[in-house]
Amino acid sequence: MTRSRFCVAATATLLFLGIPGCGEDKKSQPAPKTGPAAQTLSVTIGVVAPLTGPQSHIGKDLENAVRLAAEDANAAKISIGGSPVKFQVMAEDDQADPKMAPVVAQKLADAKVNAVVGHFNSGTTIPASKIYSDAGIPQISPSATNPKYTEQGFKTAFRVVANDNQQGKVVGEYIARNLKSKALAIIDDRTAYGQGVADVVEKSATAAGTKVVAREYTTDKSTDFKAILTKIKGRKPDAIFFGGIDTQAGPMLKQMKGLGIAAQYVGADGIQSTELFKLGGDAVEGTLASFPGLPLDRMPQGKGFGERYRTKWNQEVVLYAPQGYDAFNVFVEAMKKAGSTEPAKFLPELARIDYSGITGPIRFDEKGDIKDGPITMFRAAAGKWVAVATIGGPGPAAEKK
Amino acid sequence: MRFVARHATAEGGAGWRIWAGVTLVSLALAALPFALAAAFGQTWVRVVNLALLYVMLALGLNIVVGFAGLLDLGYIAFYAVGAYLYALLASPQFGVHLPFWITLPLGFLVAACFGALLGAPTLKLRGDYLAIVTLGFGEIIRIFLNNLNAPVNITNGPQGINLVDPLSIGGFSFNTRETLLGVDFTGPQKYYYALLALTLGIIVLNIRLKDSRIGRAWEAIREDEIAARAMGINTRNVKLLAFAMGASFGGLAGGLFASIQGFISPESFSLLESITVLSMVVLGGMGNIAGVILGAVLLTGLPEVIRFTVVPAQQAVFGKVIVDPEAIRMLLFGLALILVMLLRPAGLWPATLRKREFAR
Amino acid sequence: MDILLQQLVNGVTLGSIYALVALGYTMVYGIVGLINFAHGELVMAGALTALSVIQALMASGLGLPPVVIMMAGLLVAMPVCMLLAYAMERIAYRPLRGAPRLAPLITAIGVSIVLQNVAMLFWGRSYFSFPGVVKVTTYSFGGAAVTDQQIVIVLLAAALMAGLLLIVHRTRLGLAMRATAENSAVAGLMGVDANRVIVAAFLMGAVLAAVAGLMVSAYYGIAHYYMGFMLGLKAFTAAVLGGIGNLGGAMLGGLLLGVIESLGAGYIGDLTGDVLGSNYQDVFAFFVLILVLTVRPSGLLGERVSERA
Repeated sequence: MTRSRFCVAATATLLFLGIPGCGEDKKSQPAPKTGPAAQTLSVTIGVVAPLTGPQSHIGKDLENAVRLAAEDANAAKISIGGSPVKFQVMAEDDQADPKMAPVVAQKLADAKVNAVVGHFNSGTTIPASKIYSDAGIPQISPSATNPKYTEQGFKTAFRVVANDNQQGKVVGEYIARNLKSKALAIIDDRTAYGQGVADVVEKSATAAGTKVVAREYTTDKSTDFKAILTKIKGRKPDAIFFGGIDTQAGPMLKQMKGLGIAAQYVGADGIQSTELFKLGGDAVEGTLASFPGLPLDRMPQGKGFGERYRTKWNQEVVLYAPQGYDAFNVFVEAMKKAGSTEPAKFLPELARIDYSGITGPIRFDEKGDIKDGPITMFRAAAGKWVAVATIGGPGPAAEKK
Repeated sequence: MRFVARHATAEGGAGWRIWAGVTLVSLALAALPFALAAAFGQTWVRVVNLALLYVMLALGLNIVVGFAGLLDLGYIAFYAVGAYLYALLASPQFGVHLPFWITLPLGFLVAACFGALLGAPTLKLRGDYLAIVTLGFGEIIRIFLNNLNAPVNITNGPQGINLVDPLSIGGFSFNTRETLLGVDFTGPQKYYYALLALTLGIIVLNIRLKDSRIGRAWEAIREDEIAARAMGINTRNVKLLAFAMGASFGGLAGGLFASIQGFISPESFSLLESITVLSMVVLGGMGNIAGVILGAVLLTGLPEVIRFTVVPAQQAVFGKVIVDPEAIRMLLFGLALILVMLLRPAGLWPATLRKREFAR
Repeated sequence: MDILLQQLVNGVTLGSIYALVALGYTMVYGIVGLINFAHGELVMAGALTALSVIQALMASGLGLPPVVIMMAGLLVAMPVCMLLAYAMERIAYRPLRGAPRLAPLITAIGVSIVLQNVAMLFWGRSYFSFPGVVKVTTYSFGGAAVTDQQIVIVLLAAALMAGLLLIVHRTRLGLAMRATAENSAVAGLMGVDANRVIVAAFLMGAVLAAVAGLMVSAYYGIAHYYMGFMLGLKAFTAAVLGGIGNLGGAMLGGLLLGVIESLGAGYIGDLTGDVLGSNYQDVFAFFVLILVLTVRPSGLLGERVSERA
């Protein structure tokens, strides 16, 4: 009697003090699972993305996905180390502003969250990663593609998205080999993401024998692309690659059509969204876009995701929701494996996770980058993305090519 | 803390009162990071550090806008120049790792040169024409930083520069946690003292400048440029000096920003930042050093305070979160700008000169 | 050659939109000496309101002709923008007349932030695609593709500007506006109600902003709550380039800026042997601006005012 009361009190105190501290003490204390009706563990997962400003629609999408994942996990009545777990989400806005990123990261560290999904942009993910590393909080970015993020040597930094080098290489080679492009025009939006992926595409396409006839630039706030498109038209390319996101690609496609440019339009995951069809109308038809991961309909759990997201939030998946959802579940999986919600305990499990998510199988290399992530090329056909080829990736996915 | 002192003497207070005041303020400033960390967590130490950076920036801009009356909408360019100079000379980008006592002063000087560079073609321009040219200048600097990765890679373009060295003296680094003299210092707390020392230095410099020959020349130009010239002030040189001095503080703050952040990229130096700093100067009280400091601290702190209170407040009143906290944060920020200006058009803590103007 | 022609067509269309927005800045500036930083948000409000109406009408299945749908969108957007302009003038700017010069600038920034966030709450964060109400036809002139949309935009902008010039130079209201701009105290003594004149300037600017909002969102096929900021900035630059406070200057500045941007994006690369590219488009535009202002400190058509008369 006294023993179990002590146990409850101890767990309650530990809960009050915050989860990360609690595991350490558990060794000396009677394990909670021996107590009657084991205490519910509260696990808080942070999610950070720009929730205000021009990128807020993509940021909110990510938050929505993580909230959905938490809801699903709670509905599944998961127990970790014998205790039932209640997942909570703490969403923070970093305004896509690198200077706010450490402040927000510190807020999550102060709140002793168990793990963080985020940040959204490379520019915020990198400065924030130092703080998570110092606090020992594992971090999975669903969307930061700057290779530098995982090159810093932080044990806590992971990502579930192919970095610019991985994806750009595949796309560049696809343009050269499969599309047999002879004259390629490249446009990027001068953001870390767009420029990064475009540079790699340029390099790998050139290496595979394609000539780059024009390299043009826009910004992530532009709506007028007629000037650069007109210039590109004069160089007569047979393919155009755009490193950037759907909000630029949509109007750009419309304007291309208006100018009578018929070159094959290719993009990366930034444009592989349902939003693009809304923004570009029928001009989107035939566009090619890569996506790191398997097509949704080839994943056993993937099919329902889009629908459940729609039912829950009354909107379509915008962009990185599947990666956000996966990032959350990778944490849950690692916690289950380790039997602990304490970051120090499940971090080693995270590093050697082998999880089958909705974007594809997720394993990390020694840096924390996703290993052998398959990359799928999609073609826009009648308002839908249809998978045309899956490149790389382990197991049966590669054979289906 | 001259304004404190002046106040006390005006009341005819004894010397010890001044010293008591100074001691109290010093103690409060010294204890602040620990009090904050204990009460609200390390986040607030970071917010205070950010506020100190903005105090430096606002004081620099105040020289241009407040003292000399030249509207500058591209001030953040100097911050960027300082930050990039520090980052390029103390990061793996070029493999150069110069110590901060070279990079920070260099940033100070180079930013001053850029200030003069901006000043030169704009000497003839007035008011709003000047505003748009400075705005353009700020954008030009940002665009160059964002694009100088080709044909020769200098700034690494949009990818930014990572692994910038923190401030360090010998083996003592400012960004690590360690125990000194039995007290546990976190990285942000150590930075706080470095920033505080430099900010106090800049404040003293500003106070000395304001009352100096140059300071009075700036004021004269602000009030009436033609009259100032008639009094024998070399308006060209004095204006250029205002741009250069203001820019130099921006450059210093930039270098510090790069060292704290460890990573910089061009997106940190957008036009919106220039506007934010200008808002701090105007909201606090143009030309008044204490007011400008107040403005900078308020505008950095306010959005964060709102961030921490909106959700609990909504839950307390309605029982659930009705409006997104993020949307409310910016909304309240905008409303605050409007309200403060409507109620106190000369700023929260206006310069004494303006007060006299109105009293007459 | 056909490329140059195409770039000019692109530039003139973009420039006409800039000019319409720049007129709003310049009118307010000319009369009250205030940079209405929130003017760009009026364009945004106009675009989103018109878009909502058009979407609703298209979904209603009434089968209205496209022109009627567009007009309906515009007719709703105009009063909304006018109301917003009136409100911002009354609440945020009028109490600050005679206050230190920078105070209204800060309230303007505040108004801009508030409007953006209200719009975000109201319309959400998504980008809206402009529905294809009117089928766009493309004509070819000497190798350059010109759409009927572009022709309508340029003609409509020209008509509006002509109308504005008529109002300012041929009506009693215009006379009052010019008098107030010249010297509001003396105009007041002559029986001009400065407040009414200022409100009129704001309202006229709002009407132009609503039209520009519809144009820009239809032309580029996209609208969202953040669109006003950059557009406003560009238009403000255009107004300064032409000489702020001068109506002809705003039009000229707008057109020039549009053409400069187009040609800049198209030809910087060729001019510099591909060392600099279209990424320096804005640098080029600002460089031209700085060059113009060093030679003519009050803009192209601005009056030469001695430093302090």
